[in-house]
Amino acid sequence: MVDASLKILVIDENRIRASIIETGLREAGHDQVFVLSELQGIARRISEIAPDVIVIDLENPGRDMLEDMFQLSRSVRRPIAMFVDQSDKSAIEAAIDAGVSAYVIDGLKQERVKPILDMAVMRFNAFSRLERDLQDARNELQERKVVERAKGILMKTRGLGEDEAYALLRKTAMNQNKKIGEIARSLVTAADLLGDAS
Amino acid sequence: MPDHQIIAGFLPLLDSAILVAAREKGFAEGEGVDLSLVRETSWANIRDRMAVGHFHAAQMLAPMPIASNLGLTPLAVPLAAPMVLGLGGNAITVSNALWARMAEAGATPDLDPASTGKALKSIIAERASTGEARLRFAVVHPHSGHNYELRYWLAACGIDPDEDVEILIAPPPLLPDAMSNGRIDGFCVGEPWNTVAVRAGSGRIATVKARIWRSSPEKVLALHADWMGENEAATHALLRALYRAAAWCGASWNHQELAEILAREDYLGVSPQAIMPALGGQLGLGGGEIAEVRDFFVPFASAATFPWKSHALWFYSQMVRWGQCSFSKDHLETVESSFRPDIYRAALGPIGAAIPAADSKVEGARIHAGAIETDAGKLQVLADGFFDGETFDPGAIEDYLARP
Repeated sequence: MVDASLKILVIDENRIRASIIETGLREAGHDQVFVLSELQGIARRISEIAPDVIVIDLENPGRDMLEDMFQLSRSVRRPIAMFVDQSDKSAIEAAIDAGVSAYVIDGLKQERVKPILDMAVMRFNAFSRLERDLQDARNELQERKVVERAKGILMKTRGLGEDEAYALLRKTAMNQNKKIGEIARSLVTAADLLGDAS
Repeated sequence: MPDHQIIAGFLPLLDSAILVAAREKGFAEGEGVDLSLVRETSWANIRDRMAVGHFHAAQMLAPMPIASNLGLTPLAVPLAAPMVLGLGGNAITVSNALWARMAEAGATPDLDPASTGKALKSIIAERASTGEARLRFAVVHPHSGHNYELRYWLAACGIDPDEDVEILIAPPPLLPDAMSNGRIDGFCVGEPWNTVAVRAGSGRIATVKARIWRSSPEKVLALHADWMGENEAATHALLRALYRAAAWCGASWNHQELAEILAREDYLGVSPQAIMPALGGQLGLGGGEIAEVRDFFVPFASAATFPWKSHALWFYSQMVRWGQCSFSKDHLETVESSFRPDIYRAALGPIGAAIPAADSKVEGARIHAGAIETDAGKLQVLADGFFDGETFDPGAIEDYLARP
């Protein structure tokens, strides 16, 4: 059951991830979601927003500053506690593993906040997976380009056809128990060093 | 095949040096420890990841294990500090504008806390009379040597840290910028961040921890108390490795290499030139001034890694003084047992380390450097104590707190 009356503040320097969290919360029926991605002037913004729940990424260097603000209640009307403090160990671990933490207004019932943290954890994990996939794709593209260049070098210097050049790279990789990309990179580097920049 | 796998968290600060050297210079390996270091972005992360068991060990601000054991922090778990990761290492840097006014009021670039503090006090009085805003200082954490040193300095110079100035918390990498932009007027922080601000031309070093409280601890090695209880061999091996690493860090002929290792992107990620001044005790103060502070950062000499219970008690006295907790006799046992000289002795006695025989000392009793007797022979120690001449007797903490 979504508690739409809760004001949720997402603090994340990564704007893309912040918007993924925001979208998730809105889709779940929360319409009071605020996003801050800069630490500068954050005390004033928090006091203006007066959030009930604050979700923050663990890479954020401002965590010590924010915790101090919450404890002193200088910039918030009511004291804020770390949500995981009142939660079970597995929830704490899941949040920290995902790289997210949450703070809630003291006295707010756990069952009202748990779905929000669960959502944040899920979306943080999904974002990490996306980033990994994207990195893999980049690497793959990079590798394909290098293999193309290596093929070109072999075709030119050894007078091979395209298929033969590829077969040679593949065979060498198998013989040396390496990836074809590694062999191609070595060949391209060697060719660059020898001045044969084909 | 190493006997012990240990994962330790650290922050990119000068005094991660001992942990880094233990890994990079083979001291951990030599003791059968496979030491992995994980760089973190906040003390809160270090605390959380210790609590859930991601880390077996961590670099921590010396007051942090005490605060955790007293239940003053979120995710409080029992922590033990069996070793200190060095003495000193912090400085108080003020903006160029504030320094200019302090200099007019008689401050000189000699790092003397009394005279710089006196100049600051007169500026604060002047600002109050003309209706200027209160000066803003920043420290990195409420439970930190930085916070207590800054407050001690101000208070001893007649400045009320809560009324006369504003003290806020901000992460070190943001501080030099915040000062250039005029959002803060000064900060107390560990190296290399003072030197970074000075090199960027955004501030002047006014005084240093090593002058405010001589021979004072800064970071500690913190272990989860339960883990330490169950892993005696690993704990001892880690302490031996760190002790040998500390000796290496303390030798001046290793400083250039240490600076280059620490400068790496996976450690501090700053230039070696930002690290060398603190290691060599030749501080650039800004404006072309250089001061020699031989005991600016002491990683090994003078029993620098020994966890004095009296140091833990002084930190507690400051928590009470500044309203972070109320005094209770019941706290004292918890505070004292946060620092573990017994573990230090058990780990390092067998390798012939010169270890003080006492667990506590009166801070400020040692006015001059000298030698103390230990089971392993004489140990040269530096002077200790506070710049205002006050002493702290750990056995009379209530009297200390009752002082005006």
